[in-house]
Amino acid sequence: MGVRVIKSGMADSLRDAGRFGFQHLGIPPGGAMDCVAMQVANILVGNPTGAVVMEMHYPAPQLEFNSPTLIALSGADFQATLDGVEIALNQPMLVPTGSVIKFNKPVAGARCYLSVKGGFEADEWLGSKTTNNFAVRGGYQGRNLQKGDWIAFAKPFSYEVEEPAVMPWTANVRELYPQGACYLITGAEHELLDDASKQRLIHEPFQIATNSNRMGYRLQSAPVHLDEYKECLSSGVGFGTLQLLQDAQTILLMADHQTTAGYPRLGHVASVSLPSLAQLNAGDSIRFQLIDLNTAESLYAAQEKHLRQLKNACNFRLQEYLSND
Amino acid sequence: MEKPFPYRIYPIGDQAITLDFGNLIKDEINAQVMALFYWLKEENLHGIKDIIPAYSTISLVYDAALIKKWAGNVSVYQYMEQYLTNALQQLDLLALPSTRELRIPVCYHQSLAPDLVELCEVKKMELDEFVAIHTAIPYRVYMIGFLPGFAYMGSLDERIVAPRKQTPRTLVAAGSVGIAGVQTGIYPFASPGGWQLIGQTPMTLFRANDDQPSLFQPGDQVQFEAISINQFYQLKNNPS
Repeated sequence: MGVRVIKSGMADSLRDAGRFGFQHLGIPPGGAMDCVAMQVANILVGNPTGAVVMEMHYPAPQLEFNSPTLIALSGADFQATLDGVEIALNQPMLVPTGSVIKFNKPVAGARCYLSVKGGFEADEWLGSKTTNNFAVRGGYQGRNLQKGDWIAFAKPFSYEVEEPAVMPWTANVRELYPQGACYLITGAEHELLDDASKQRLIHEPFQIATNSNRMGYRLQSAPVHLDEYKECLSSGVGFGTLQLLQDAQTILLMADHQTTAGYPRLGHVASVSLPSLAQLNAGDSIRFQLIDLNTAESLYAAQEKHLRQLKNACNFRLQEYLSND
Repeated sequence: MEKPFPYRIYPIGDQAITLDFGNLIKDEINAQVMALFYWLKEENLHGIKDIIPAYSTISLVYDAALIKKWAGNVSVYQYMEQYLTNALQQLDLLALPSTRELRIPVCYHQSLAPDLVELCEVKKMELDEFVAIHTAIPYRVYMIGFLPGFAYMGSLDERIVAPRKQTPRTLVAAGSVGIAGVQTGIYPFASPGGWQLIGQTPMTLFRANDDQPSLFQPGDQVQFEAISINQFYQLKNNPS
């Protein structure tokens, strides 16, 4: 039971919520870039929120299901089709043996997540199944997916499916993604910015450069300067840390971020905004809006609550359809 | 433990916090950081996902949704700030693991050291002199970070201190030895990097299958030894 990669995509990998507890050895968490989409995809098929999903970029892969299962897609819209019929995001769907899923064009967003009932089987390394490309561990053989790979389902699916069947409910994800500005909490070196740069940080666009990836987004903007450039000793950084380089440009650290760094920390993207950030492509622009820590905590708590409510609602609906699970 | 050094605590986002003893490379401060690290590990507070010790800071990554459940009427950050302050006060003198001494071969040949010639020009120094200074003294491993198994060592003789690259390289070869400020370190994997590259070691620094995957541990003393380009490829092709 599993899926075969008929045609590989640009950078498809197996992800969970991340590998924690080893950052003191320099091992990054490396979980899903958009952890909301990962959770929604899992919730829709009744999985634990951190079950292993497939993270896909565009061009995305072509996959053939070798056995029936319940699937869901969440995150970026790559105009997916199952055996030629368009399928919607955020809606669970039963797929029969032999079905082929394709992604036809990048409509919106940067990363699409595919969940299957019970999750994908993946290598475990240091307590997590997420891929670590440096150590070549976790996920599928520690690497991105290639043509011909066969990815097994972690659990058997005990229902027969004769033809594709879309479940009659959808997760409304709009409220899970704050629209507009990217919320930023000031970092330890923010106060060292000169006045003009403080204004630029919140009024000018920061464009994502092409050499951006899961480790970090390189940003292009009007130059940003400290009153006096300061090199710091390396210390802990995180997903969303906005660093100032010596050339007056910035880097935003993403899911595969280094564990420590020494560039001045201008800010940290609020947790609630990270999923929206993960759905941006090279060429897109970010506008930062400063918020205080209490507001950031409240917004994150609200997002978490929303996800819990979605999980309860989906489990209730699923139980009506799939008994004894 | 003796009175703690002066410190400040600040957020690094809404799910991480840093205790900072100042922007200093000092063995006594780093020892205090490591003592705090082992104390917090032992304490194992539910909701703390990672503890990252560095030169003079320690950062805690936490699950805000979990901590919120027992934070009561203070914010999650305030709860964590109080927790760290208490930890520092309760910290007992701990027997830190004893120091190990490691000898690491490094080849300083131009073909493996893309920044060395320019650095020597800037410093008006012969290549041999630079190498002699870099290999003259053992360095303390202050922390592991940035990449799996990347050891931050110091402190460099002030004659060879150099800033990071203005723009980081998008690809640095595995085993590259770099310097940044008074720090020196080795890239265990091919990766992007901003340090000035002065040589390369043929050794494997990170073995994912081992129980202890990182060759270096904080507190180690590391002595670099210059090797020729021939020795480099011999060791690289026939690792012992």
